[in-house]
Amino acid sequence: MSLTLNARVPGGALADKWDKHRFDVKLVNPANKRKYNIIVVGSGLAGASAAATFSELGYNVSCYCYQDSPRRAHSIAAQGGINAAKNYQNDGDSIQRLFYDTIKGGDFRAREANVYRLAQISVNIIDQCVAQGVPFAREYGGLLANRSFGGAQVSRTFYARGQTGQQLLLGAYQALEKEIAKGGVSMFPRSEMLDLIVVNGRARGIVVRDEVSGTIEPHLADAVVLATGGYGNVFYLSTNAKGCNATAIWRAHKRGAAFANPCYTQIHPTCIPVAGEYQSKLTLMSESLRNDGRVWVPKRREDVGKKPGDIPESDRDYYLERKYPSYGNLSPRDIASRAAKEACDDGRGVGPGGRGVYLDFADAIKRLGEDKIRERYGNLFEMYQRITDENPYAVPMRIYPAVHYTMGGLWVDYNLMSTIPGLHVAGEANFSDHGANRLGASALMQGLADGYFVLPYTIGDYLATARPESLAADASEVKAAVADVAARTTRLLGVKGKRSVTSFHRELGRIMWEHCGMARDAAGLTKALELIPSLREEFWQDVSIPGSGEELNQTLEHAGRVADFLELGELMCRDALHREESCGGHFRTEHQTPDGEALRNDAEFTYVAAWEYAGEGQPPILNKEPLVFENVRLAQRSYK
Amino acid sequence: MNLTLRVWRQAQSDVAGALVEYQAIDVNPDMSFLEMLDVVNERLISAGDVPIAFDHDCREGICGSCGMMINGVAHGPMKGTATCQLHMRSFRDGDIVVIEPWRARAFPVIKDLVVNRSALDRIIQAGGFISTPTGGAPDGNTMPIARQASDSAMDAAACIGCGACVAACPNASASLFTGAKISHLGLLPQGQPERYRRALKMVAQMDLESFGGCSLFGECQEACPKEISIDVIARMNRDFLVAAVAASEERSGGDEG
Ligand SMILES: Cc1cc2nc3c(=O)[nH]c(=O)nc-3n(C[C@H](O)[C@H](O)[C@H](O)COP(=O)(O)OP(=O)(O)OC[C@H]3O[C@@H](n4cnc5c(N)ncnc54)[C@H](O)[C@@H]3O)c2cc1C
Ligand code: FES
Repeated sequence: MSLTLNARVPGGALADKWDKHRFDVKLVNPANKRKYNIIVVGSGLAGASAAATFSELGYNVSCYCYQDSPRRAHSIAAQGGINAAKNYQNDGDSIQRLFYDTIKGGDFRAREANVYRLAQISVNIIDQCVAQGVPFAREYGGLLANRSFGGAQVSRTFYARGQTGQQLLLGAYQALEKEIAKGGVSMFPRSEMLDLIVVNGRARGIVVRDEVSGTIEPHLADAVVLATGGYGNVFYLSTNAKGCNATAIWRAHKRGAAFANPCYTQIHPTCIPVAGEYQSKLTLMSESLRNDGRVWVPKRREDVGKKPGDIPESDRDYYLERKYPSYGNLSPRDIASRAAKEACDDGRGVGPGGRGVYLDFADAIKRLGEDKIRERYGNLFEMYQRITDENPYAVPMRIYPAVHYTMGGLWVDYNLMSTIPGLHVAGEANFSDHGANRLGASALMQGLADGYFVLPYTIGDYLATARPESLAADASEVKAAVADVAARTTRLLGVKGKRSVTSFHRELGRIMWEHCGMARDAAGLTKALELIPSLREEFWQDVSIPGSGEELNQTLEHAGRVADFLELGELMCRDALHREESCGGHFRTEHQTPDGEALRNDAEFTYVAAWEYAGEGQPPILNKEPLVFENVRLAQRSYK
Repeated sequence: MNLTLRVWRQAQSDVAGALVEYQAIDVNPDMSFLEMLDVVNERLISAGDVPIAFDHDCREGICGSCGMMINGVAHGPMKGTATCQLHMRSFRDGDIVVIEPWRARAFPVIKDLVVNRSALDRIIQAGGFISTPTGGAPDGNTMPIARQASDSAMDAAACIGCGACVAACPNASASLFTGAKISHLGLLPQGQPERYRRALKMVAQMDLESFGGCSLFGECQEACPKEISIDVIARMNRDFLVAAVAASEERSGGDEG
């Protein structure tokens, strides 16, 4: 091990750590704040909230996104909701319970102190968003409404119809635009970060390609925040937006930031199944549907071709209710996904190719009436019908698991700082709070916690302690980073091969889905570790990118992202192979209980795997951050 | 099925563009419109040609990136549907499909079907927010909000900022977009303190950005993928009027001491 992973968790009782830390951090004198420049890459929930708040505090901020407007970050697509331990329902919720649910949901592979802080901050997030005008759902009495999500027995999820992410992001976006208007934030849309600039061991800037003109330029700062979202698109088909990528965190990794738990991937149980070869992405049906929908497949293989209405109750297997009576249809995502896969592997899947299970609302419609269901899920039902041309009020939906979220990401300490001083990482891009599996409605919470309430304190502490010295735009490190990016772009354009970028991406996705997807084993992972490098080699010899670098060139953008996925995919498989246990979203078929549940190996694997880049062609170095549980007892997760 | 596409190709903003014909063959009715374009692009790439540039990201009708005129209709023939959610089952074998970018003075073409919509962000900058800095917000349940107000606010807040309303409007007005934000915030108690100031500033910015005026043609609400009602424009006009009267009284004021 060559890195020291100091998580910098403050001392004291769990419940007092954050308060104590907030008192202990160094503050930047208000008059000095405007002298500091902070770069925020990403304008999703994490990035927009951080950039707006930094600017309110008085810092000079530059913010970047690859879309044409910060409002289009993929946070916009979150449907279901955001958790908070408000206990407005008086149903027994508390900060302690949200903390425990999140730790347990993550299969005891997250850092206690971070998760506890997240639960504490959750309540402030709702207040902040209400004040910004986020139109959360309300009861007739005018108070905020809640719904339930998987992995919880209390009702703590706040929502805005099926568009919670959109409304939260618009709240953060509007705060950001307010600060742009004041001059505190310079916004760079249609700009892609292609490298990190590290000077004297500290993050001091980024190299950016202007997607319209193609210009490649350095942007310098005193601290850098990456809030660039998840890397689920390594699988090609996922619920992520087409542009979601790993480039920012991958380039930072190659400059020295450790990459933690890359193999922890969340496969969401309720997505619309793949319809054909041309499929370009997968669409999520919010987990909130599991509040009222019942999941089933036929008991007998012979029945899969029948119309669902022709299969009597007695011939249906409501397998989640059967296997997990206390959580039933609201079992956590990893469990629900695997159970769907098992049913389909058993030949009882429905729809094209037998890769689907029913999500049936007939009972709920009978109980509550179609109007009530329309009120709760109308837009989701419409979306389903639009895509599949089937009416879910009349026939059950068909769903299948799809790649959705990546718990892994750049390693960060309690201050959300990576192993490169000055480089902070927020939102889905870091690894911090969800362990091996994220609970529904917890990513929005984490993104906003990081951006509104954690980084504004901790980045001040970094700046006040490190006091970055001034840096010339023509420093040799800066010039070298720019030259690297330019050379790479030239190299991509120079291949002039025959195969399209998409065909490589799709093939990588197939390898990842098959060998590093819902169930993994040593043989498959070893095979993937042979397939990926040879695909990568072929990519660099045969990829075809028409057009030039000095113009809007979407193929070039995609190619750069796929080149990085081709490296990251290998690290994911390596991580999955080394982790000889099953936990959360990481299911190794060699490690399961007699009844097919994930079997952890706490004695050997209660740690964060933080991989360090060791140079071209060198195997990465594994560093371990041991996870110490002082406040919860490690238990076999049970949702029975 | 097979279709003939006539697609607007323009290498960059300051050169002339033209419609170019392509054949889309073996189109599956379950494909989305953008997946159909993907297939056409794959074929162009394998022939070494430059693919058609178009903005897209979420492909689920929520980010507002996509948008094109399809046979002269913003986002195409399906009501309440963004281009990425349009499926090929809305077309028939042998159809000719003309695909063009949004056309508006305020949205210059960048390349092919990609336009610059940053004017919409600047309208938000002018006042499309509630000035509440992070921290210090009171408990979310301190102020009950009538469900009806919250629901109407949500109806307006559903806008995805795609710009279809501008593209559909004969005057290229951004009134539906601006009215939606003014209504979302103006319908909520939290939005009251800045309500009139917001209307004044956002409308002024809209005029500055060379969007046209609104003649209440109603084309915008027909084109809106979120079916936002033209009522938001009436609301914007009311707020603007009240604000303008108040502002002019303030300016000429002093008489009454
Ligand atoms: C369909 C869907 C539904 C979901 N529903 C829920 C839900 O109901 N509840 C919940 O809690 N979570 C949900 N999630 C998860 C949650 O939405 C995300 O984890 C979260 O929004 C991520 O926010 P973020 O700010 O980290 O990243 P994002 O919102 O993805 O933002 C990333 C930003 O980084 C920018 N960027 C990326 N790469 C670069 C680069 N190289 N250069 C410059 N800029 C770059 C992008 O332009 C963008 O602005 C859902 C996710 C999906 C996909
Ligand atoms: S691509 Fe996001 S709305 Fe169409």
